[in-house]
Amino acid sequence: MIGSSCGIFGVMDRSGKRFKGRMVVEAMKNMYVRGNGLGAGFAVYGLYKDYKEYYCFHVMIQNRDMGAKREVDLFLNDNFHVVDDEEIPVNDEVEVVDPPLFWRYFVSPKKSGRDQKLSDDDYVVKKVMEINTKIRNAYVISSGKNMGVFKGTGFPWDIAEYFMIEDYKGYMWTAHSRFPTNTPGWWGGAHPFCILDWTVVHNGEISSYGTNKRYLEMFGYCCTLMTDTEVMAYIFDLLMRRFGYPIEVVAKILAPPMWDQIDNMDEKRKRFYTILRMTYGPLLVNGPWTVIVAHHGEMFGLTDRIRLRPLTAGEKGDLLFLSSEESAIRAVCPNPDRVWTPHGGEPVIGRLDEKALKRVVE
Amino acid sequence: MLKDPYLDGVRSVEELLGYVDFEDGTAIIDAKDLKHKELNDLMKECVLRGASRLILKNVCGQRYIGSRLFFNPPKRVEIEIYGTPGNDLGAFLAGHRIIVYGNAQDGVGNTMDDGEIVVHGRAGDVVAMCMRGGKIFIRDYVGYRCAIHMKGYKDKVPTLVIGQTAQDFLGEYMAGGRVIVLGIGIERHRCYYIGTGMHGGVMYIGGKVEKHQLGREVGVVEMDEEDWKFLEDVVKEYCKNFEMEGKEDEILGKKFSKLIPVSKRPYGRVYSY
Repeated sequence: MIGSSCGIFGVMDRSGKRFKGRMVVEAMKNMYVRGNGLGAGFAVYGLYKDYKEYYCFHVMIQNRDMGAKREVDLFLNDNFHVVDDEEIPVNDEVEVVDPPLFWRYFVSPKKSGRDQKLSDDDYVVKKVMEINTKIRNAYVISSGKNMGVFKGTGFPWDIAEYFMIEDYKGYMWTAHSRFPTNTPGWWGGAHPFCILDWTVVHNGEISSYGTNKRYLEMFGYCCTLMTDTEVMAYIFDLLMRRFGYPIEVVAKILAPPMWDQIDNMDEKRKRFYTILRMTYGPLLVNGPWTVIVAHHGEMFGLTDRIRLRPLTAGEKGDLLFLSSEESAIRAVCPNPDRVWTPHGGEPVIGRLDEKALKRVVE
Repeated sequence: MLKDPYLDGVRSVEELLGYVDFEDGTAIIDAKDLKHKELNDLMKECVLRGASRLILKNVCGQRYIGSRLFFNPPKRVEIEIYGTPGNDLGAFLAGHRIIVYGNAQDGVGNTMDDGEIVVHGRAGDVVAMCMRGGKIFIRDYVGYRCAIHMKGYKDKVPTLVIGQTAQDFLGEYMAGGRVIVLGIGIERHRCYYIGTGMHGGVMYIGGKVEKHQLGREVGVVEMDEEDWKFLEDVVKEYCKNFEMEGKEDEILGKKFSKLIPVSKRPYGRVYSY
């Protein structure tokens, strides 16, 4: 019997204390049948302490195309101040299939002309889209400050060993093990998906991908990674960073209550939910899905409104866990204070306190 | 080369015997480093070697526990689980008794045929999916779509008892059997779409449920003497399982609703044109 399901996991220390990636890898090992070796990845926050004021681009060069690498170098030098860059260290002894070249650049925006009106974040999004769409064989897989995404084709423990992430430290981690169903298993299609410091790991499939993608294109987001989850990263960036909505509202856009439930609400709530559904209908995310989303200071888990994919939350002191299965939480934290399963469409949210957040981003 | 994570690296039963301690008919298995298939292989081997009671320690996510214990002639085994069993605990269960000291995950008692599963904690989604016989007791709460397409057959009346509450789509497409939600400590259930597509069986729900929380295919009827008698027996058994003797009256003291399907073929007309 072969199951077909991805495995997702997230853990955050809400006091901001950093810890090594070993715990996340152990949790993913517990869910070893959720995934078939065709994709895995990790996001880690609080990683680049020494360069925390710079955006860090992890650029994936397909087929190790050095022409593409040179184009990226030129593009970044034209559009950014590049303060440091290096090949992302990997362990060549780990057997992975056709690894691309991964290079990281620490940059700050060098805006000119009309672009001067853009915020730094908007400028970065625009330039990331330009690289992804215009430079063949080059993809920016991570573009936030003081965080990074490491992903590829393989099982989670292989990818972890390849990028040697067990020694990296962060205050928040998310991880994914992939069982691709409708789209190719390739290095760029592994999760997490990232724009700025927003990352998404996802279990399920998004049947509204086409509608979501066309709506996002109106706001300058281009989907280039050939898989559904990519829209989620851009939806959260658009609604939360650019529009400034909190996740409590955003959850009700992506996973709104059914109309017959809205019919039974009091007038005030009825009006609110009706307006949300009318205004942001194209951002309703349909199909079975559970996501764990992170950006600096906040991690949350959310499922589709009728919870067609699993999510379990747990906590122990400052630690908050989100996982496809309770066993993965208990594998790394045998005696949690509490474990629970939220209702469909209701987010489980972990936040850093303000002092800890300042330490991370300033 | 694609690896099959279920089968990759699975050891033979002979290699696994070191994980077992035998003590007159009881086999204690340390499941800590065992894969799904290894644990189930080992359980079967222990019974074949004469064990009638299996104690599984350090269980953490192993799936399908108890699902391959078919014997000729039939044999009934008692299984105690310490830790967190993985998905599809007791799937196809053939008359055994499973007690979990902890929480269970998704798919408890999937297509279970006979026997009993008692969970001293909560359980996840699709508990009792397609269940066709036996009893399941969950002390706390359950997730989405529990008792989906549960069915009865002749003298088989599958029974799911939930101590606290359930999440949405409880008893979806239910075709037979009994679902009892005791509502312990629950003022108002949040569960929506209860019994959507239900066309057989009965649900009893203790505590407040509004009409709009029910599926269209469900009707609420008055409890009669026979219903109360049945409920009293269920509550007695629940309290015995979870060492809550003496709480029976308190549990039975609240309002119970009896839900039955309004039609045996709710979608009979959908495809007839």
